[in-house]
Amino acid sequence: MPRMSLAALAAAASAAALLLSGAASATDVKTQAGAGPGAEVAPGITRERLEQAVAAAWKGLPPDLAARVVQDETMALCSQYRNQPPQAVADAILAREKKNVTYPADGKYLGSWKNGEKLALSGFGGRMGDDPKRANGGNCYACHQLAPTEISYGTLGPSLLAYGKLKGNTPEAQKEVYERVFNAQAVFACSNMPRFGHNKFLTIEQIKDAVAFLLDPESPVNK
Amino acid sequence: MSPGLFALARTVVTAASVAVTLSIATAQTPAPQPATEEDADKLLEKYRAMISDPMSNPGYLAVDTGETLWTTARGPKNATLETCDLGKGPGTVDGAYAELPRYFADVGRVMDAESRILWCMETIQGIDTTPIRKKPFASSGGNPATEIEALVAYVANKSNGMKYAARMEHPKEREAVALGEALFYRRSSLNDFSCQTCHGQEGQRIRLQTLPFFDSPKAAQATMGTWPTYRVSQASLRTMQHRIWDCYWQMRMPDVGYASEVTVALAAYLTKKAEGGTIEVPSIKR
Ligand code: HEC
Ligand code: HEC
Repeated sequence: MPRMSLAALAAAASAAALLLSGAASATDVKTQAGAGPGAEVAPGITRERLEQAVAAAWKGLPPDLAARVVQDETMALCSQYRNQPPQAVADAILAREKKNVTYPADGKYLGSWKNGEKLALSGFGGRMGDDPKRANGGNCYACHQLAPTEISYGTLGPSLLAYGKLKGNTPEAQKEVYERVFNAQAVFACSNMPRFGHNKFLTIEQIKDAVAFLLDPESPVNK
Repeated sequence: MSPGLFALARTVVTAASVAVTLSIATAQTPAPQPATEEDADKLLEKYRAMISDPMSNPGYLAVDTGETLWTTARGPKNATLETCDLGKGPGTVDGAYAELPRYFADVGRVMDAESRILWCMETIQGIDTTPIRKKPFASSGGNPATEIEALVAYVANKSNGMKYAARMEHPKEREAVALGEALFYRRSSLNDFSCQTCHGQEGQRIRLQTLPFFDSPKAAQATMGTWPTYRVSQASLRTMQHRIWDCYWQMRMPDVGYASEVTVALAAYLTKKAEGGTIEVPSIKR
C-alpha cells in the first residue's frame, strides 16, 4: 500500500476509503450529501461507524443523559461539514432553527441587566456533578468581552463591548438579540455559540436578562 | 530567584508544599494589580523550570509507585508485569510509550498505554480490572495517583527524551486516526460543543486560559509530549485519558467510557498530529 499523508487522504476522501482496505467495508465508500447513513464524516469513516463508536462509549445511561449524546439533525450536519455547510444546507439549518425560537409570552424582551451580568459570569450547569436545582449560567465571558471592567474574558466569539451603543435599544434590536441568544443558529448556521434556549440550557427569563445586559443603556456593557 | 525559594522548591514532594511555594512566590512578586491567571501562568512557567529535576516534581512519586507496581508479583497468577508486550516485544518498556497508541494483533484493535496495561494486568496477572475501570482517576487532593495512573506514569517516563513515533500506518491505526478526527468535530450535548469549538483556531482563549490549537504541529507536540502530567490545581498525576474525560465533562457530556474506542481514537488522532515531538514526562501543569 502506498504511503499517503493525511492531507492527501482528506483531499481524495473516496479514493482514500478504497485504499483503507480492511478498515472500511465496501458500503462505507460512497460519499453522500446530507447527514443520512453512509455520509462520510472523516476519510473512510461513515456517520454510522462514528455513531456506533459513540454509542459504545456512553452505555447504560438514564434517558435524560442518553439524550445528550445523540445528535439532532443540525448538530449532525454541522459536524459533517465542520461548521462550513454548503449554502443549501446552511439555508435548511437556518429555516429549521428559526422555527424553533420560542418568544416571551408577555412580548417583552428586556429583563434585568443585573441578573444578566451574573448569568454572563457563571459557567455553572450541565456538567456531571453540577446540582441541577441551581440555575445554569450563560458563561458568556468564556467567549466574549462584555463590560470593560471584566478583564477575564475569552476570545472564541466577537467582542461585545458597548454592544448596545452600537446596536441600539429599539424593540427590533431587542427581538434580534433575543433570537440570537435563544438560538444562535437561527441567525448563523453552525455558529459555535450554544443554542441556549433551544437546548433549554437557559430559561426565557434568563435570556431576557442576557438581552438587557447587552442592550440596556444602564448596563456596564454600555458604560 | 531567591536561594531560599530554590531550596524550598528542591524539597517539594507533596501537593501541599507546591501550593505553599506558589503562594510564597506570589507574595514575593511586587504586584501592581491583583494577580491574574496570566500571572499564574508565568509563575507556573518559572516554577516548572525550577523543578524540572526528578527530586522535586511530585509526578515522579507516581513514576516510582508505578515502577514498584510493574515489578511486583501480584494478582491470582502472582506475576509481575515485566513480560507485558507494550508493542516492542514482551518485557520492553524503553521507548514503548513513544509508539503508542498502536495496533495489537493479539487483540485485533488499537490500544493506548492505559488500555494495554490493563490488558496485561488481566492476562498476565489475572487481575479483574472492573473496579479500576470504574474509578480510574485519583480524586483531586487525595492520593496523587491511582494504580493505573502510576503505571502509565512509569511506562511513559521510560520514553523520556524520545520523539513521538506512532506511525499509524496499519489500516486499523489509520481508521483510529480518522475516527478520532470525526470525533474531534462531532458536536453534541447541551451546549452544542465539539473539541473544535475550543481547539479549532490559533491563539484563542476561554476566559483567560489559552487553548492549544492542534492543527499547529508545534502546539500538538508541546501538548502530547507533556502527558502524563502532574496537575497542580488537582494535586494529582493525570493521563491523556483523564484530559479527554475532563474536556467531555466541560462539553456537558456524561462520563465518556474509560479506555473506550472513542478516547483511544482521539488520543490516536492527537498523537498523529504530534509526530516528531519530544516526550518529557511527567510534566507539571496548572
Ligand atoms: C462557546 C462560545 C460562546 C458562548 C459561551 C457564547 N457565545 Fe455569543 N457568540 C459566539 C460566537 C462564535 C459568535 C459569532 C458567531 C455568531 O454570530 O453566531 C457569537 C455571537 C454572539 C452575538 C452576535 C454578535 C454580533 O455580531 O452581532 C451575540 C449578541 C452574542 N454572541 C451573545 C452571547 C451571550 C449573551 C452569551 C451568553 C448567554 C453568549 N453569546 C455566549 C460564541 C459564544
Ligand atoms: C468548552 C471548551 C473545551 C472543549 C469543548 C474541549 N476542550 Fe480541551 N481544553 C479546554 C481547556 C480550558 C483546556 C486547558 C487548557 C490549559 O489548562 O491551559 C483544554 C486542554 C486540552 C488538552 C491538554 C492541553 C495541554 O496543553 O496540555 C487536550 C489534549 C484537549 N484539551 C483535548 C480536547 C479534546 C480531545 C476535546 C473533545 C473531546 C476537547 N479538548 C474539548 C477546553 C475545551
